[in-house]
Amino acid sequence: MGVPSVPRVWREIKYKYNLIGSKCVKCGKACYPPLTVCPYCGGKEVREVKLPERGKVISYTIIRYAPRGFEKLVPYVVALIELVDGTRLISQLTDVEPEEVSIGMEVEAVFRRLREQGNSGIIEYGLKFRPLRR
Amino acid sequence: MRRVAILGVGLTEVKEHWDKSLRKLFVEAATAALKDAGLDVNQLDAMYVANMSSGYLQGQEHLGSLLSTWLGAKGIPACKIEAACASGGVAFHQAFLAVASGLYDYVLVGGVEKMSDAITSDILTALMMADDQDYIAPTGVTFVGLNALVYRYYMAKYRVRQEDIALMAVHDHEYAANNPYAQFRNRITLDQVLSSPLVADPIHLLESSPIGDGAAALILGPLERSKGEVVVEVAGSSVATDNLSLQLREDITTMYATIKASREAYRMAKVEPKDVDVIEMHDAFTILGVINLEDLGFAEKGKGVELIKEGEIEIGGKVPSNLFGGLKARGHPVGATGLYQLIEVVWQLRGEAGKNQVEGAEIGLAQNVGGVGSTVSVNILRRVK
Amino acid sequence: MRPSKEAHIVGYGAYVPIYSIRDKEIARVWGRSSPVPVEQKSVIGPDEDSITLAVQAAKYALMRANLDGSDIGVIFTGTESKPYAVKPISTVVAEAIGATPNVVAADLEFACKAATTALQALIGMVSSDMVKYGMVIGVDTAQGRPGDELEYTAGCGSAALILGRESRDAIARIEASSSYVTDTPDFWRREGQIFPNHAFRFTGEPAYFKHIIRAAKALLEELGLRPTDYDYIVLHQPNVKYPIKVAKLLGFPKEKVLPGLLSPVIGNSYAAASLIGLCKVFDQASPGQRVLLVSFGSGAGSDAFSIVMEEGIKERRDRAPKLEEILKVRRQLDYALYAKYRGLIRD
Repeated sequence: MGVPSVPRVWREIKYKYNLIGSKCVKCGKACYPPLTVCPYCGGKEVREVKLPERGKVISYTIIRYAPRGFEKLVPYVVALIELVDGTRLISQLTDVEPEEVSIGMEVEAVFRRLREQGNSGIIEYGLKFRPLRR
Repeated sequence: MRRVAILGVGLTEVKEHWDKSLRKLFVEAATAALKDAGLDVNQLDAMYVANMSSGYLQGQEHLGSLLSTWLGAKGIPACKIEAACASGGVAFHQAFLAVASGLYDYVLVGGVEKMSDAITSDILTALMMADDQDYIAPTGVTFVGLNALVYRYYMAKYRVRQEDIALMAVHDHEYAANNPYAQFRNRITLDQVLSSPLVADPIHLLESSPIGDGAAALILGPLERSKGEVVVEVAGSSVATDNLSLQLREDITTMYATIKASREAYRMAKVEPKDVDVIEMHDAFTILGVINLEDLGFAEKGKGVELIKEGEIEIGGKVPSNLFGGLKARGHPVGATGLYQLIEVVWQLRGEAGKNQVEGAEIGLAQNVGGVGSTVSVNILRRVK
Repeated sequence: MRPSKEAHIVGYGAYVPIYSIRDKEIARVWGRSSPVPVEQKSVIGPDEDSITLAVQAAKYALMRANLDGSDIGVIFTGTESKPYAVKPISTVVAEAIGATPNVVAADLEFACKAATTALQALIGMVSSDMVKYGMVIGVDTAQGRPGDELEYTAGCGSAALILGRESRDAIARIEASSSYVTDTPDFWRREGQIFPNHAFRFTGEPAYFKHIIRAAKALLEELGLRPTDYDYIVLHQPNVKYPIKVAKLLGFPKEKVLPGLLSPVIGNSYAAASLIGLCKVFDQASPGQRVLLVSFGSGAGSDAFSIVMEEGIKERRDRAPKLEEILKVRRQLDYALYAKYRGLIRD
């Protein structure tokens, strides 16, 4: 994180809390975060879409040396997740021990604290993923 | 477009330079390059500075003016060029264009990174700035972690074993032993690599490029004004980008930007991969070395490790690679790395590579990667006499 | 207090984090030999707080109500563990469930009874047709000073109820409510302090017992009902002993308390405690059964509610995870990890 900023976090709230991505009208592919052009086919007509909150782990890593602001969470898992509609995103996994994670593991989104802007600044919230509960 | 030659090179050792500042490192490398080129600083027409993190780690921007002041290049047009870890290769491309266009005759391109002034968590934060700060950084992933995602996925997709991929690190250390500028000149074994601590699983510490300081500089000029017994020409120079983050890629094991930049550079240089005598490629982590060999056109997807296992990246092999230690052992002073690679290729083409010389090398390639394949520069150099 | 039109509960959801610590583990650290107040207590994960717990309960409640966040016209959150001293929890919940911007939202504080007081306010808004649907959330991530008696019980959890006017397919209807409030300083936390203070045995008879009994009796009197008219009694549950004892004093047998008693396995979830207990009863109750809910908040006061189960419970119950299911996934922490997750390790 560079300079702590409130508006920078605030303006992404909609996309982060509710998993809003974009979908290309031409090729039909969705992506996250939402772009104003399609990153796959270059289509210029895209719409915002609510992405599914379930998916599976297609790759993962265990972070043992953390960047600033994440030091107290180590060790934690970050995964590349493929949502059920095929959209991919990188997310931290939560409510899971590193050794329980595997490729193919089904996961679902949960609302969690992402990081804090120091002890007196704002708290950034958003979605992480946990092992599918039901 | 004019033909462009490399007239001089200069560099510092890569290490934790506790006693030298960013500006001192830069001036040391630039002065050495000017001396090698036989030029005075006043003869320079322009200067490009390759650097990634001076803003965050040093609180220092405006490197163009700062470093021209400290170099004594009064009044020179100068600016910083940033493309994460590919800053060096991208700045070189800009310097090439500047001379090729005919606007400038003598251009200095110098890369510098001063990392050891900061603590580890700040360095990890700075390196993560290569990726999306609004959407990727808040996951807590590190730059190593992003490469680890690629690593694990690659092993699963192509059923390749880690002990084969990790050989890349052993290779690097073997050759760094003969490089006086390398950060680590000790030989290591595969066992040592695989038993070293995990940084971001499955990546081990000894599979990762280290943190170090360094500066490297090259002087570019018109080919027709180059003197000396050996002349090295910039035969092809290309830069390509890909969707910034891995989550926007269709196949995270292929670096589209490497394919695009290399094919363009081959076309410019009128060569094919088989014509290349020596390469320096961006193996910031062992897995990247494997993927680079594939995407540069030396192996099919999933077969990169075969080249390593069969000795094809050694001197005498099909594609001698990273013969001065690569990013793992020479080191990875981020913004300067691409220029270290180019200097190492120049040494090979000039026949100055000492124990690591590929005999009769004529064509060399340097590939420099920013982000996880988000920006790639490929430069091809040719010995013209 | 009886509304002119009854409000209906159309959705409910409860959430308890997966982490837990056994009281005997806490006792081991402090060398305690006397009996511990609960078997284990729930502990938030390192990325959880009252806001994230509230959002999870709210989402489960929406699933049972089969509503979108945009259908919700009111969000009241009752808590005493706010991530921000100033800045509401309810606005974040509203944004996370998609209820913004046309929504009434605020946090209430009255120790452990804030959420039931919010429920009374919401009954008024729904019954008077001011809003179609509204949500009340009780949530806490309580902190007890290390080594203090409270450390053995200070747990966490969240519960959300969605109220609506509609009567068809409702989960339950709320017949009436009562409150009993006095200035009784049994437990408090001064501004700027991390951990609360309590008046030890004074928290019992003049506080917990007196307020709960008076509120419950007033309600039964107003409705002309007796303990035997009720199938369940759900109480604020700071430990295991108090709710069973107060039920007995009111004339309710233990069997009517136990279905709604979660303190043995999650500890005291403060502002969430009585509502989580209610959700636990909803997980098993049948249409026509009657539930007496009585909260207690230090400072002090109690709110009582008479609730009658409706037909909708049968079908709506399984649309979201039940507490039994939620409590099946549990990670037992040792004191070291507990200290790490609760931020008790200082830099």
